[in-house]
Amino acid sequence: MMVGAFLSHSLHPSYLHLQRSDASSNHEHLSSVLTSLCVSPQQEGLDDGPDFLSEEDRGPRAVNVDLQTDATLQVDISDALSERDKVKFTVHTKSTLPNFKQNEFSVVRQHEEFIWLHDSFVESEEYAGYIIPPAPPRPDFDASREKLQKLGEGEGSMTKEEFTKMKQELEAEYLAIFKKTVAMHEVFLCRVAAHPVLRKDLNFHVFLEYNQDLSVRGKNKKEKLEDFFKNVVKSADGVLVAGVKDVDDFFEHEKTFLLEYHNRVKDSSAKSDRMIRSHKSAADDINRIASTLYTLGTQDSTDLCKFFLKVSELFEKTRKIEARVAADEDLKLADLLKYYLRESQAAKDLLYRRGRALVDYENANKALDKARAKNKDVLQAETTQQVCCQKFEKISESAKQELIDFKTRRVAAFRKNLVELAELELKHAKGNLQLLQSCLGVLKGDT
Amino acid sequence: MSGGCGRNPPPFPDDEDQERAELDTQVLDSDEDDEDDEGEDIFTGARSKAITPTSAPDEGDIFSEEGSYVRSDVHHTTNGLHSDEELDLFTEATVELTLTNTTSQGRREIIGPTVSACNTTHVPNSILKPSIVTKTMEELKEEESGDQFELNIAVTNPEKIGDGMNAYMSYKVSTQTTLPMFLNKTFSVRRRFSDFLGLYEKISAKHSLVVGKEFLMLTLVGKEDSSSAEFVEKRRAALERYLQRVVAHPSLLQDPDVREFLERDELPRAVNTQALSGPGLLKMINRVSDAVNKMTIKINESDNWFESKLQEVENEEQLLRRLHAAVDSLVNHRKELCSNTVVFSKSVAMLGSVEENSALSRALSQLAEVEDKMEQLHQQQAFSDFFILAELLADYVRLLGAVRCCFEQRMKVWQRLQEAQSTLQKKREAEAKLLWANKPEKLQQAKDDINEWESKVSQYERDFERVTCTVRKEVLRFEKEKARDFKQHIVKYLESLLHTQHRLVKCWEAFLPEAKAIA
Repeated sequence: MMVGAFLSHSLHPSYLHLQRSDASSNHEHLSSVLTSLCVSPQQEGLDDGPDFLSEEDRGPRAVNVDLQTDATLQVDISDALSERDKVKFTVHTKSTLPNFKQNEFSVVRQHEEFIWLHDSFVESEEYAGYIIPPAPPRPDFDASREKLQKLGEGEGSMTKEEFTKMKQELEAEYLAIFKKTVAMHEVFLCRVAAHPVLRKDLNFHVFLEYNQDLSVRGKNKKEKLEDFFKNVVKSADGVLVAGVKDVDDFFEHEKTFLLEYHNRVKDSSAKSDRMIRSHKSAADDINRIASTLYTLGTQDSTDLCKFFLKVSELFEKTRKIEARVAADEDLKLADLLKYYLRESQAAKDLLYRRGRALVDYENANKALDKARAKNKDVLQAETTQQVCCQKFEKISESAKQELIDFKTRRVAAFRKNLVELAELELKHAKGNLQLLQSCLGVLKGDT
Repeated sequence: MSGGCGRNPPPFPDDEDQERAELDTQVLDSDEDDEDDEGEDIFTGARSKAITPTSAPDEGDIFSEEGSYVRSDVHHTTNGLHSDEELDLFTEATVELTLTNTTSQGRREIIGPTVSACNTTHVPNSILKPSIVTKTMEELKEEESGDQFELNIAVTNPEKIGDGMNAYMSYKVSTQTTLPMFLNKTFSVRRRFSDFLGLYEKISAKHSLVVGKEFLMLTLVGKEDSSSAEFVEKRRAALERYLQRVVAHPSLLQDPDVREFLERDELPRAVNTQALSGPGLLKMINRVSDAVNKMTIKINESDNWFESKLQEVENEEQLLRRLHAAVDSLVNHRKELCSNTVVFSKSVAMLGSVEENSALSRALSQLAEVEDKMEQLHQQQAFSDFFILAELLADYVRLLGAVRCCFEQRMKVWQRLQEAQSTLQKKREAEAKLLWANKPEKLQQAKDDINEWESKVSQYERDFERVTCTVRKEVLRFEKEKARDFKQHIVKYLESLLHTQHRLVKCWEAFLPEAKAIA
C-alpha cells in the first residue's frame, strides 16, 4: 500500500537515526551533530537549526541539577531508532562508581522499560519520602502518522510541488516529535541519576547495565484494569487523607498550595496547547497561500506574475518563521507547563504518601492505646507503632527537603524557559520584520 | 421608464431579456458610430452637436433617451436619435432604455467642455476613420493613457437613521477631485443602501459590457442580515470598493448618473430596488453565470486572442478561488488564535497569582499581559487579512466571472451572425429554386427577402466587429486595473504585517527584563 511504502521510506533507520557521538555527552557537540543529520531543505534558509536543537535538548534537562559537574554518574540517550510502532533508545552511561563492571557502556531500552523503572520506584517503600521523577510520556506518533496517511491519500488532488512540500513538513513534524520524546526519556534518566538516593537503586543499575532484554512487557489488560482500580482507591483515599489536618504548618501549607498549583498548571497547559495549535494552523494556511500565489505567478510572465512570485517567496519564508514561533512556544511554554503538571502531581503523590503514613501512625497510636487498655498484644502494637512512627518521620524529613528543592527547581526552570521564550520570540519577530522590509523595498521599487 | 419614442420598452426587463437587452443597447450604440463614420445620415449633425453643449429638452423626447456605450473615448450624452433606423432590429427584442431626468440644464453644459477637453485626440479618430475595427493594440492602449485625473472616494461614517421598521443605515460618500466636471473640489453626500442599488440599476441598464457592474450585487446580496458592527463594516467597505471601481472606469465616470450620485444632495428615492436586493437578484445572477458556464460555441477566428484569453481567465478564476479559500481559512484560524490566546492569558494570570515566588509570580502576570497584547495584534491582523486580502480576492473572483459574461455576449452576437448568414443562404437557395421553377410572382418576394437578410448580415457583421473590439478593450483595461489593484492591496497587506511584527517586537522586549528578573 502506498502509505505503507511511504512510511517505511521515511522511517528508514538511516533517516531517523539520531546518532550522537559516543565520545562525550557534551551538549554543544551533540546538538551540532544532530543538526547535520536533520538537514531538510527548508531549514537551510534560517540558521535556527543548531539553536532549535540545543535549546530543546537543554531545556527540560536543565530543569534539574546541573549535570556537567557530576562525573560519578552521567547518563544520556546517545542514539534512538524509530521503527514502525516502537522507539528504541540507546542509553549510554559513564560512571566512576564501583558497582558497575565498566566505566562506560550502553544498552538499548524501550519505553516500557522506562515505565517499569518508574513504577518500581513508586511502589517501593524505600522511596516513599521522595518526589519520584515523573515517567516520560509514551511516544505518540499517531497524529503524525494519521496526517501522513491523509497526505498519501490526497496525493492525487494536489500538485507535485505541494505534495513534496507537505511531505517535507510532515517529516519535519515527525522528527520534532521524535526528538521531544527522546529528550523526555533522557530527562527522566538524568533526574534519577542526579538524585542522591535514587541513583543508588539496584533496579536503576540493572536498567543501565543489563544488556539483555529486561523482558518487561507492557501491562496487559488485566493489569491495566487492576491499575485503574488501584488509582480509584488511591484517589478516594487521597481525599480522605487530605482531609486530615496536619500538625506541621509547612506541610499543611504545601498541601493547599500544591493542590491549587496543580490545577492551575493543568488549565494553563491545556490552553497553551490549544493556542499553539491555532498558531500552527495559521502557519499552514500561509503555506497554502504561498503555493497558490506561486502557481498564479507561473501562469504568465507579466509584471503581475513576477510580483506574485516575489510575494509567494516572501510568504514561504514568513511561514517558516511562523512555524518556528509556534514550535518554540510549544517547547518553551507548553512543554514546561506539561512537565510541571507531572512534577506537581509527583509532589502531590509524595504528600499523599506522607499523609497516608501519618494516618497509619495515628491509627497505630490508637491501636497501641487500645491494646494497652485491654492489655492484649501490647508488644505487637508497640512494634507496629514504632514502625509507623519511623516511617512517618523518615518520610517527613526527606519530604520537606524534596519540596523545597522542587520549588527551587521550578523557579529556575520557569525563569530559564521564559527568558528563552522571550528571546526566541524577539529573534523571530525581528527576522520576520527584516524579511518584510526587504520584500516591501523590492516590490515598491518595482512598481 | 418608458420613453417618448415609438417603442414601448417594459419598465424593467425580466431575466431572459436582460442580456439581450443589454446586447441590443450595445448594438444600438455601435450603429450610431457606424452611421456617423459613413457620414451618410442626418445623425452626423447630431453627433457634432453633442460635442458642444447640448440643449437637450428642446430637441424633443428622443434626446432625453440615454443610451450609453462603452468606448472610453467617446461621449455618451445623446444617441437615441436614430431610433427609427433600428426599428427592424428590435422587433425580436425588447430594449431597456432609461430616460435620465436631466437634472438641470447646467449639467449638460458642464458635460460639454469636459468632453471636448478629454477627447480632442479621440474625436477625430472616430469621425475620420471609416472602420474602427482596424484600430491596433497600441492605439487602444493610447486611449487608456488619457486617464490622468485625481478622484478619491471614501465611504465612511455609517449612521443609523430612524427607528424600528423604517430604520436604515446611512453612509457618507465623500469625494475629493481635481476633475473640472464636478462643481466642487471636495464634497460629500449621504446615501443609503437603496441609493446604491438604484445607481447599480441605472448603470447596468446602460453599460452592458462593462466589467464590474455585476459585482456590487454579488458582494452585498447574501450577506447575513444583521446589524452587527462587523456586518456594517463589511458593507461599508464593499460599497467603497464598488464606488472606487465605478469611477475608475472611464466611461462610467462620464455617466451623469454616477456624477449625480456623487454630487447631488438629495437623490430621489430609488424604487423597485427591493427586487434587486433580494434573493431574486441572486437567482438572476446565478442564472447568468450558469449560462456562461455552458458556453460551448466555437468561433472561427483569425487570431485566437479571445480563446486563449478566455482560457486564461478561467484558470485565473480557479486559482483565485483557491487563494481566497486559503486566506479565508487563515482569517478563521487567526480568530481562533485570538480567542485561545485570551483564554490562555487569563489562565497564566491565575497561575501567577498562585505562585509563591514573588518574582516568578510577577513575571507570570507580565506574561499574561503580553499574551493579551498578542491577542489584540492577532485580532488586528485578522482584520487586515480579511479586509485587505480576502475581500479583494472575492471581488476578483466575481469580476472574472463578469469577464466571462462579456465573452459570452460576444459569443451570442456571433451566433446571431451565423444564423443570419444561414438564413440568407436559405433565402438565396429559395430564390434559385423559384428562378428554376419559373414563378415570377414569388420572385419579387424572394428578392426582397434576400435584400433584407443581406443587410441584416452586414449589420450583424459590423456588430460583431464592434463587440469584439469593445470586449477586447474592456478586458485590457480590466487587466491593467487588476494588476494595479492587486499590487496596491498586497503591498498594503504586507505593510500591515510589518506593523504587527513591530508591535510584537515591542511586546517581547518589554517582557524580557521581567523574565530575567526572576530569582
